[in-house]
Amino acid sequence: MKNPYLPLPMRVEKIVIETEDKNIKTFSVKFLNDEDAANFNYLPGQFAQLSVLGEGEAPFGIASSPTEPGELQFTVNKAGVLTTALHNLEEGEIIGVRGPLGNCFPIEALESKDTIIIGGGFAFTTLRSLTNYILYQENRSRFGNVVVIYGARSPGLLLYRDELEKWEVRTDLDLHLTVDRAEEDWQRKVGVVPNIVKEIAPSPENAYAVVCGPPIMIKFTLPVLRDLGFPPERIVLSLEMKMKCGIGMCGRCNIGNQYVCKDGPIFTLAQLNELPSEY
Amino acid sequence: MKELEIAKTEVVSLLNTLIKEYKVFAPVGQNGFITFQEIHSGSEAFLDYINSKKPPKEIFFPQSERLFSYDLSKGEGWSVEEPASEKKQRIIFGIRPCDARSLVLLDNVFDGQLYKDPYYSGKRKNTTIIAIGCNQPSSTCFCTSLGGGPFSQDGSDLILVDIGQKYIVQVVTEKGKKLAKKHNEFKEAEDNSLSLMRDTIETAEALIKSKIEVQKVTEKLDSMFDDPFWDLVSEKCLGCAVCTYLCPTCYCFDITDEVTGQRGERVRTWDSCAFPNFTLQASGVNPRPSSKERLRQRIMHKFNYFVANHGMAACVGCGRCIKECPVNLDIQVVLNSILNR
Repeated sequence: MKNPYLPLPMRVEKIVIETEDKNIKTFSVKFLNDEDAANFNYLPGQFAQLSVLGEGEAPFGIASSPTEPGELQFTVNKAGVLTTALHNLEEGEIIGVRGPLGNCFPIEALESKDTIIIGGGFAFTTLRSLTNYILYQENRSRFGNVVVIYGARSPGLLLYRDELEKWEVRTDLDLHLTVDRAEEDWQRKVGVVPNIVKEIAPSPENAYAVVCGPPIMIKFTLPVLRDLGFPPERIVLSLEMKMKCGIGMCGRCNIGNQYVCKDGPIFTLAQLNELPSEY
Repeated sequence: MKELEIAKTEVVSLLNTLIKEYKVFAPVGQNGFITFQEIHSGSEAFLDYINSKKPPKEIFFPQSERLFSYDLSKGEGWSVEEPASEKKQRIIFGIRPCDARSLVLLDNVFDGQLYKDPYYSGKRKNTTIIAIGCNQPSSTCFCTSLGGGPFSQDGSDLILVDIGQKYIVQVVTEKGKKLAKKHNEFKEAEDNSLSLMRDTIETAEALIKSKIEVQKVTEKLDSMFDDPFWDLVSEKCLGCAVCTYLCPTCYCFDITDEVTGQRGERVRTWDSCAFPNFTLQASGVNPRPSSKERLRQRIMHKFNYFVANHGMAACVGCGRCIKECPVNLDIQVVLNSILNR
């Protein structure tokens, strides 16, 4: 019997400081054992538990896409004990990974549809995975139009800036970057994400909206999507909860009878509407 | 298989024989209360008791358990070591039917379809459960409301019925049958003993006065998440979590790393939905910030969510939470109040 609590060793290959406040870093990690790498089959939206031995373990969405083989990426905001331990790591050090855990974005449902990807702040991680998965050459033709609306408080707080610049010049992706407060050389949009969604007004016809962001952004984006005509079945969200086991046993991440770790973290708004509002 | 019987005078010698082959756990009197412990002599077992203070769930799901250990001095290397699994077969002798039944509930969680917990499942598979039914249920017992009873067979391999000078032995599973066949202390039951057994069971069942329509509670709870009831009922809860620690069906746990020098262990320990830290996120967000949300979670989980996921309530009616609550927050009263909403 495979032990689901046992982390697998991965080497930190690269650490990128993502934001100007240095509070968010992206870790590119590689399995030490080829067999572990071969068994780690994931899809965008799934997460993994990262271990720093001696410090503990915490869950993070997988920011890389399965179409980028060889490495996994995790983007980590420094907030507590484990994230601080991760931020103190240097390239070459070994961490543990358990996963992939949880469900994925409804990839099959998104195929042949337009996808409106709406992200805010450092919650853009699994949205990056999804976007790259769709943009991947062999996948792209199966999906319809892709609109990405991504915002942060200031330009320096946007993640993956090098990659965003590459996305900006692509013709098979409609990218809208926005910041709450503009700076002098900022040439793109200014305004909070819900307002930009309203301004761009993507058509709900044959389209899905995938939304990840801070609670306040979600709160104000959902009514905009509703007014645009997106039905709750086609609004997809990814939830966060405190987790320990990641496999539906330790008992803390439930919303009603659903466990965010095992039944989520991806839910449609229609599914969430059936659950108590305890998140 | 037909019932067997064993003379009470034979029990100690049976236990002594079993101890040679098995790790045997039995109720033991210590510090003025009963707990389940490994015994090394049959005479240590104390079988004339109502129930143990702590449930025997810890024989499968210890209060603190090492998941693996590691060596931090290895630097580059990765030296994670799983604990050796228990090779010796185990027996629990004298568990109460409610606690045996709790294991069936816990199996749903730890031996699920998607994931199996190897620590729990390993212990569960190598343990034979010999229960003793309850001739004298306590005033806090309400097992019959939860589909159990003082002589419920769920979760047991053998169950003993005390009829005075001897126990009648009901054989529930193949595992139990195998064990009984191997030991000649078990004899075929006499017919007059069997009628005594039936009387004993009937009398005991009648002694349980509390009757709660739990199925109706489950239905009521469907629409009670936002009910002001939770403000009222949680007012006196201290959040001490004794109800969850002593509950045979509560299974929530924490996972932490413990380091001494260069040696570290990842450990899981019992946790509780009654604690604020249980759901407190590093960001400071807590979806269950007060005792209202936490008590609601405990009741909803046991009597609504668990039913939706596994088809049964996560309670066996053992009454430990009623006996030990420092502010007398009686779960039967809570359930009846829900029915009256």
